[in-house]
Amino acid sequence: MQSHILSIILFTPLLGAIVLLFVPKENKDAIRWIANIFALAGLLVSIPLVPMFWAQRFEPGFKFMEGTPNNWIPSIGAGYNLGIDGISFLLIMLTTLLGWISILSSWTAIETRVKEYYIWFLVLQTGMLGVFMSLDFFLFFVFWEAMLVPMYLLIGIWGGPRKLYAAIKFFLYTLFGSVLMLLGILFLYFHHHAATGTYTFSIPELYKTAPQIPFHYAIWLFVAFFLGFAIKVPMFPFHTWLPDAHVEAPTAGSVILAGVLLKMGTYGFVRFSLPFFPQVITNSATFLNVTVRGWMIGLSIVGIIYGALVSLMQKDMKRLVAYSSVSHLGFCTLGIFALTPLGLSGSVLQQINHGISTGALFLIVGILYERRHTREISEYGGISNVMPVYATITMIMFLSSMGLPLLNGFVGEFTILQGTFMENWKWAAWAVPGVILAAAYLLWLYQRVFFGTVTNPKNEKLHDLTPREMLTFAPLLIIAFWIGLYPKPFFQILEQPVNQIVQTVRPGYPGTSGAVNASVKPGDQLPSADANMNAAQLASDSAKGSK
Amino acid sequence: MPGGITQMFSPTDYLMALPITLLTLFALGILLIDLMLPAEQKWVNAVTALVGLGFAAVAIWKILNYLTTFKLLGQPALANSMLVDRFAIYFWGLFLGGAAIAIVASVRYMEIEHENHGEYYALILFSVVGMMCMAAGIDIVLIFIGLELMAISTYILVGFLRRDRRSNEAALKYLLLGAFSSGIFAYGLSLFYGTTGSTNLQQIARALGQRVQSNPGHIDPVLIVALLTTATGLFFKIAAIPFHQWAPDAYEGAPTSIAGFMSVAVKAAAWALLLRIFLYGLSPLRSVYVPLVVFVSIATMTGANLAALTQNNLKRLLAYSSIAHVGYMLLGLVAGDSRYPTADGIKGILIYLLVYTFMNLGAFAVIASLRQRNVIGDEIDDIAGLFFRSPTEAVLMLVFLLSLAGIPPLAGFYGKYFIFLSLIESQHYILASLGVLYSVFGLYYYMRIANQMFMREALDETRLPVSAGMRLALGVTAFATVFIGVFPDRFIQLVNWSLGIANTPTIARLIR
Repeated sequence: MQSHILSIILFTPLLGAIVLLFVPKENKDAIRWIANIFALAGLLVSIPLVPMFWAQRFEPGFKFMEGTPNNWIPSIGAGYNLGIDGISFLLIMLTTLLGWISILSSWTAIETRVKEYYIWFLVLQTGMLGVFMSLDFFLFFVFWEAMLVPMYLLIGIWGGPRKLYAAIKFFLYTLFGSVLMLLGILFLYFHHHAATGTYTFSIPELYKTAPQIPFHYAIWLFVAFFLGFAIKVPMFPFHTWLPDAHVEAPTAGSVILAGVLLKMGTYGFVRFSLPFFPQVITNSATFLNVTVRGWMIGLSIVGIIYGALVSLMQKDMKRLVAYSSVSHLGFCTLGIFALTPLGLSGSVLQQINHGISTGALFLIVGILYERRHTREISEYGGISNVMPVYATITMIMFLSSMGLPLLNGFVGEFTILQGTFMENWKWAAWAVPGVILAAAYLLWLYQRVFFGTVTNPKNEKLHDLTPREMLTFAPLLIIAFWIGLYPKPFFQILEQPVNQIVQTVRPGYPGTSGAVNASVKPGDQLPSADANMNAAQLASDSAKGSK
Repeated sequence: MPGGITQMFSPTDYLMALPITLLTLFALGILLIDLMLPAEQKWVNAVTALVGLGFAAVAIWKILNYLTTFKLLGQPALANSMLVDRFAIYFWGLFLGGAAIAIVASVRYMEIEHENHGEYYALILFSVVGMMCMAAGIDIVLIFIGLELMAISTYILVGFLRRDRRSNEAALKYLLLGAFSSGIFAYGLSLFYGTTGSTNLQQIARALGQRVQSNPGHIDPVLIVALLTTATGLFFKIAAIPFHQWAPDAYEGAPTSIAGFMSVAVKAAAWALLLRIFLYGLSPLRSVYVPLVVFVSIATMTGANLAALTQNNLKRLLAYSSIAHVGYMLLGLVAGDSRYPTADGIKGILIYLLVYTFMNLGAFAVIASLRQRNVIGDEIDDIAGLFFRSPTEAVLMLVFLLSLAGIPPLAGFYGKYFIFLSLIESQHYILASLGVLYSVFGLYYYMRIANQMFMREALDETRLPVSAGMRLALGVTAFATVFIGVFPDRFIQLVNWSLGIANTPTIARLIR
């Protein structure tokens, strides 16, 4: 018997959107309640997945599969097939959680056109979940593109002063990447037919034939997929849409954009680029004297440093956080292309961490913006005197984002750097300044906004967090500490899929034999001495940065 | 013909010509009834026209029964001048659907224009008759008669707003250029007749095949001239660049409902004609015309997409968008090797025409509803803030625009999907990349309209009255756009059926 839990998780938000259609638009409170109930329901229906998945975390392959091949459009071989592994499981949980938090956080922020807002937001939620669940390339592409429309409208209608520009830029940029990916998908489809005689978009089936594509074709396919994903991540130099989209988007839109949408790009790398094109990634052919993998690593490192440096210079808080995303996502792609089990699991964990921390940072900026309607750093100062609870939460989230030990960011970044170091210590060495710079721009921001005395009289009457706002932060804080203190369950969930991917790309890599209890368990690999040393170093770096 | 006139007709002819005959009778009937109708009851004409279309549909259904009973792929009729096969039936269905939606969307619009005459509906029916002859004709004489019947009816329809200078200018321009292109087209056909000695496409194909085979590697210059002139005529009719100049003017000046009708039904008819001639009559010359089609296609995509970026008139914008779509469709013809096109390419064109009928008519219907007593309603400012004036229409327009841009899961995606699929299949990677990149361009100008509707304040705050007929037209087109998008399988199979792909793998011999 098939379990339908994935379909239920997928369509609960859409159901909410449909229900909202029938609520009169004048009745704003009813709309808010219904939207929040469905958003919470979306989270609640995904919670039973946790114990179910935990029970079979070491089993190979996709789990909770739904649908039979080609059951949707038989004449072209597309099916409604869902299924998840550890990587998509974590991202789905992140999506349902952030979806609920974003909708909760919009209660007072959105005053105009409330009904449409929630409808589009819930539709967006379904689109994102579909991307992470699809096991059929055609279905994946439908969700991938369809999800752009609600995001475009969210930015374009409820955004800031330059919303039109930002919305269309976001839409065009991401569409540009994805249409080339469509051609790549079609090529895989025909190659599969040539190899096996059947037309199908089924991803597990394509896994079998895609690695046999000759290099001179595969390199172009890799480039097509790379463009689609790199624009989404966004990797340097495809990141220019991101600051615009983030700055103009409403707070909740930014939370979802940073927390989930960007992960679709990294997810694409892990799920498709690596297992489909090992022959390209491990190929020694060079372009401008650098191998394909070298390019990927190089762009990631440039992204890390560049994003951090640009963040240092920002006058607008939201822009600062947006550029810090470029830097953090650089770590994620670095971990992916390090091609070690540690690097990969660190990367996926860091994606979750980034969703938690940066999501929270956008909420933090949004709360100030809602009270003062400006995000200029120079407008603030001494906020910790008037909003102490807020300042505390902000401090924790800043520390989590910059990778302080005991908090989530540290575990992710450390594992990535460790995995990268095992491949090539120089790559890791180049990436480490990103950590230091992160401490610099975040602590400097904190100093300018929160410390000192209240200089601007407008800030004297600001009220502290409301219970609703605290509720939005509570789950994020809990998870930040959980991952920071006890990341082992997360690494266990990731172990099986990550080993399998590394095994596909580099057959015979030590410790990835695919056995259930491989001798190398990423979760056990954090030597405490190293951790402490690194913590001490980071702390001293942070201190330097704050001066 | 030996045996006299009685042998020229066979009993099946009456059945095969029944839809055409019925529509003609209804059109003539409308002209008569119109004289007796008082001004406030002119809607009866529209109802009569719809009933006529219904009768024609029943007749088509009877033909379908006949074909299935005798297990025929097609039935030649009227002294072998037309061939009623599944391909023709598919297009007939499209014409009837397009005409019906256009008529439903017209009633209120023509009342506002004070031009609610019976001739309007009669001419629509006449042009459908012409289209049916074009889709089913395999004799160039019948094809040409059908083409002229359709074209002349549309010239008049474009100029139907007698008091409007734009409409008059558009009609005159369209008439002059159209007559010119028809002349060139007829010239090309006459050259083919001269070189092959027959007016029947089947025999032209056979004779051309022999000529090409008897002297491989060398093509008679006269054939090239014939091909070029015929192709010019066809490219003019589908409005491909560089023969597109009439389209933006005609769309802008024509009554909006007619612009919608032209962009779907008239265009579909021209495509049916083009496919019949290129894939069937001239298939031996495929290696000659493919480079030509590639050139025209690239020119069309480039020119139309660039021109559409700067348009401020909605109808002109949609005209350029519809030219751009022709560019994508032409790529479907290119896909294939030097002898045969791929099935997926032709399938793509047919699906494209199907989904295009709904999404484009829908978009034009929304623009038609903007026409009020004092507002012409086709400038981009007129649609500003549409969401606040009529939320349902704005959302439906968004659906149509996204579908035109090819965003899944809406119907428009599948047209593009099959075209690009066929290009990848036949290894035209560069053309495929070019095509998808231009489709990103397309999104920009469609989203300009969406920006106006959703993200600007309305200049005119009054709520937009929407007539019952318009609601029906919008409902049908929107439902079809979404439904085909989410459940496309049945429609893909319909197209497969019409091309006979289910029975035989090669389609080259099946479009006949």
